[in-house]
Amino acid sequence: MRVRLLDLAHARSGDKGDTANVGLIASRPEWYEVRVRHVTVERVTAHFAAVIGGPVERYELPNLGALNFLLHRALDGGGTVSLKTDAQGKVYSTALLRLVLDIPDDEAARLALPPAP
Amino acid sequence: MTGPRTIRVGGGQGFWGDEPDAPRRLVEGGPIDILMLDYLAEVTMSILQKQKERDPALGYARDFVGAIESVLPALTTRGVRVVANAGGVNPRGCAAAVRAAIDARGAGAALRIGVVTGDDLLPRLDSLVADGHALAHMETGAPLATVRDRVLSANAYIGAGPIREALRGGAAIVITGRSTDTALTMAPIAEGFGWDVDDYDRLAAGIVAGHIIECGAQSSGGNCLADWRTIPDLADVGYPIIEASADGSFVVTKHPGTGGRVSVATVTEQLVYEMGDPHAYITPDVIADFTSIRLIADGPDRVRVSGIRGGAPTPFLKVSIAYRAGFKAVGSLVYAWPDALDKARAADRILRERLDRLGLRFDQVLTEFVGASATHGVLAGAPSPDLAEVQWRVGVRSERRADVERFTRELAPLVLNGPPSVTGFAGGRPKVEEIVAYWPALIDKRVVTPRVEVV
Repeated sequence: MRVRLLDLAHARSGDKGDTANVGLIASRPEWYEVRVRHVTVERVTAHFAAVIGGPVERYELPNLGALNFLLHRALDGGGTVSLKTDAQGKVYSTALLRLVLDIPDDEAARLALPPAP
Repeated sequence: MTGPRTIRVGGGQGFWGDEPDAPRRLVEGGPIDILMLDYLAEVTMSILQKQKERDPALGYARDFVGAIESVLPALTTRGVRVVANAGGVNPRGCAAAVRAAIDARGAGAALRIGVVTGDDLLPRLDSLVADGHALAHMETGAPLATVRDRVLSANAYIGAGPIREALRGGAAIVITGRSTDTALTMAPIAEGFGWDVDDYDRLAAGIVAGHIIECGAQSSGGNCLADWRTIPDLADVGYPIIEASADGSFVVTKHPGTGGRVSVATVTEQLVYEMGDPHAYITPDVIADFTSIRLIADGPDRVRVSGIRGGAPTPFLKVSIAYRAGFKAVGSLVYAWPDALDKARAADRILRERLDRLGLRFDQVLTEFVGASATHGVLAGAPSPDLAEVQWRVGVRSERRADVERFTRELAPLVLNGPPSVTGFAGGRPKVEEIVAYWPALIDKRVVTPRVEVV
């Protein structure tokens, strides 16, 4: 079943130098594991491939139901150098939420995941 | 020994430019013991350094003087104390301005001001490098010599120690330069409860509390994506308050009757903001482990935070160095329906051809189509062919000021000699800005000696 990450999580992003971070937070605690399994470094790297210049790192915070992604070389040199509208990476958060996941039907049913419209 | 049962710290400014009335609303809206005001972002120090070059009396966050004036009655009658990094590159100048403002009001002559200095490494930069402190770029490893002749400011992030000393010395207002944002909150809590400097779990809890309120209302409903439509009355948003307990646990809340929301979702969004490795949130005083934080809803607009673990700090302080890195300018025009995006793309091709013909040299020319793809790029998918309008936004960057200057004269002509249905040029030519870039480095803690004066 296709599921929008937007319907499973909320997010906030910020910057450190030329790196943006996206903290991805489960909208329901039981949906944390879905994202650990399906929102992998490989998946996020592919998602942002055309947008950022460096690698992606992922950290797990099960205590907060959150994953933290670091997107390296994402800001064209960082806050003050960058010419981008989003020079401080404030809306990489919702860019990540554009991901659409393919979840096995039994898993989606068990966790009552909302299907993509 | 008996101490306070709860220490309440309110976060009244999240950056220099935050709502001017927030500090007053925070002290008048209910009980708080400490008003914490964070003014400094990575780039702020360099802006302040430029201001100080123009006028040696400046170089601090001037908003702070107005903030103190607005909360003065609470300081004199209720004993509320203020901790702020408003000093920027001139904490003594900031203290003098605050003292003058207090004296002019004729109340508060007895209030003592603590000033923390010693973070400014600019006068010592060459001798530090000569003594073997490489100050290499933390990410690239490049030596400071690469940019030394263009350095504008250099400040070590200092920790809670000198703030605690100022509070012990009886300061009602503590003004620091480049303290870490989180120390502004942790220091008064740790000092109030008398925590030891190696009580790492509790110090880490103070740091987490600081992280939660250092961006003002960003933890109490502002900029919160979770259920954003339902967050009430942001026009009167309550700024966040920490109710700290001696055991290191604390509650995040806001004053009753204010707008916004404090929930597990709003606090979690702030916790992950600007996060790196969550296992090691490094500060000068302690390394906090964000994977140990437990959040529990504790009634309306209350979140209880506990379980936080910390470890010994590193032997280094982070240094924030700002240097001049060329020039930039950004300009835009707006193209209207029909074919708005195609017209904007055509204008972009024409501009680039003209820039080429002029022989201008840029390190980067960036085009964005606001309304179609500016923030999410190709992830936004194909834009609607029927967009009502598109803002065509072009930026350039170069070491050569004259080339950037010339670029700023090439946009407006397109209104008459480019594609049709164009508007949005009332702002005139784009401004050329000098770029101040940021050079993070580490330095041996032992060579940075914070000083505290209470006057």
